[in-house]
Amino acid sequence: MPLNPPANFRVNGKACRYSGDARRSLLDFLRDDMGLYGTKKGCDHGQCGACTVIVDGSRVNSCLTLAVMQDGCEVTTIEGLGSPEALSVLQRAFVTHDGFQCGYCTPGQICSATAMIEELAQGWPSHVSADLNNPVPSDDELRERMSGNLCRCGAYPNILAAIRDAMEAAR
Amino acid sequence: MKFFDYARATELSEAIGEFAKPIAGGTNLLDLMKLEVETPSRLMDINHIGLNEISPHGDGLRIGALVRNADCAADLRVRRDYPLLARAILAGASPQLRNRATTGGNLCQRTRCTYFMRLGTRCNKREPGSGCDAIGGVNRDHAIFGATEHCIATYPGDMAVALAALDASVQIEGIDGSRQVSLRDFHRLPDGDPHLDNVLTGGEIITSVKLPAPVGGKQIYRKIRDRASYAFALVSVAAIVTLDQGRITRADLAFGGVAHKPWHDPAVGRALIGNEPSDQLFSEAADLLVNQAKGQGGNDFKIPLLRRSLIAVLREATGIGGNDVRNL
Ligand SMILES: Cc1cc2nc3c(=O)[nH]c(=O)nc-3n(C[C@H](O)[C@H](O)[C@H](O)COP(=O)(O)OP(=O)(O)OC[C@H]3O[C@@H](n4cnc5c(N)ncnc54)[C@H](O)[C@@H]3O)c2cc1C
Ligand code: SF4
Ligand code: FES
Ligand code: FES
Repeated sequence: MPLNPPANFRVNGKACRYSGDARRSLLDFLRDDMGLYGTKKGCDHGQCGACTVIVDGSRVNSCLTLAVMQDGCEVTTIEGLGSPEALSVLQRAFVTHDGFQCGYCTPGQICSATAMIEELAQGWPSHVSADLNNPVPSDDELRERMSGNLCRCGAYPNILAAIRDAMEAAR
Repeated sequence: MKFFDYARATELSEAIGEFAKPIAGGTNLLDLMKLEVETPSRLMDINHIGLNEISPHGDGLRIGALVRNADCAADLRVRRDYPLLARAILAGASPQLRNRATTGGNLCQRTRCTYFMRLGTRCNKREPGSGCDAIGGVNRDHAIFGATEHCIATYPGDMAVALAALDASVQIEGIDGSRQVSLRDFHRLPDGDPHLDNVLTGGEIITSVKLPAPVGGKQIYRKIRDRASYAFALVSVAAIVTLDQGRITRADLAFGGVAHKPWHDPAVGRALIGNEPSDQLFSEAADLLVNQAKGQGGNDFKIPLLRRSLIAVLREATGIGGNDVRNL
């Protein structure tokens, strides 16, 4: 078996290849190699969610996975969700509702919420679902489902309002 | 992080053996490698070897080692027949972590003892023979059952506590073939060699977890933690309780956050079975459970907390008694 095989994957639709030092986290690859600075490093240990990106449709902490482990994957970062000229529904809602103060956690919040809405649509339960087979999108549900994203500024009420708004707009 | 070589297995046979350390979700291993608590010279990426399905097995279910925790908790059969397992998984970590974390990796996650996770301290688990700074140190998170003078750490996971109550088994593949171990015997007590968390020997891989036929009953996972989400258990209770004609006919219990393994004490279940549920019965069973418990100072609070948590869970499971457990 070859040691240190390269990884071929896509970031925001663009083909890329990583074949360097295996220690590179996906997070450092995105920021330092790809120049995609939207994804943030908060803790680097899976504790804050600032580094959240979407890999093959699921939200993950990019600090706790390696660039070489992305072979064959489709990675979406905040830059892939929308652009200043064409904001995604959630990005727009975060602006409308002031879903941030310093903005450091925001790309992670938006990537996380984007995938969270999809998980809800698939009927995935959460810790606070009274009925595992029929979760209802209450405020408590949304808070629990977003608990992997900390906000040091405490913008939680506005983050929740933005997510609610985006969910209603999508209906 | 120390330098390592990376290899990518495409079939199980390549992943077995002492050639390299397996990496699945990476959510525990990479965390510890960044801290240089784990320093493997080779990693074997096992994410491409399959074993990522949940399938019927006899009257039960087989959960592949690479099934993501989030997928397991969302599986309709798991939700319907093993709600305890879905509940325990959903009580752990965060959605992002559960999307990566796997069945096998979750079972093998290492302790969260702060000394273990910090180089420059004495820790027999990290560095055999060096001592244990948690004894007499900050030990709020530590064990009240089965600790030794060598190590007082806990196994920190939630999923395995439910699996212990469910009497699941772990399927293991090694160079010499496969074997099956009861989940209740998979994790070890620290004894004199706390660097060994479980019974896996070098080069063995977990291939799946088998769940026995569904048993129904009331299934509850109650986790007490410092904040309501995204935190490890101080104590947790996994319970499957059935009532028949006013008597308890099944009481499968396991406890998390209290020992080096999911704690299973069959005497507690036996004390409940055949009896009519009552606060007095629950108190007696809870006393039996904590009889052998021993605090380390910082974690003494876990003894009454565990006792009351068990009583609260038994009340909820049987519908007997109120919500206030303060006087019990
Ligand atoms: C901030 C944070 C909070 C968390 N909170 C909780 C919580 O509340 N409750 C909880 O239960 N967990 C919690 N976790 C832990 C999390 O559940 C584990 O990190 C995860 O389950 C590990 O799975 P993995 O697949 O990522 O394992 P990896 O990190 O890939 O591997 C972990 C270990 O298992 C070994 N391994 C992996 N797969 C196999 C296999 N098939 N056979 C043999 N060995 C294998 C690896 O070699 C390694 O030693 C938390 C983690 C973090 C970072
Ligand atoms: S309790 Fe165990 S893991 Fe913690 S410092 Fe002591 S030996 Fe190490
Ligand atoms: S930087 Fe990845 S979770 Fe904090
Ligand atoms: S807006 Fe500052 S951390 Fe969330």
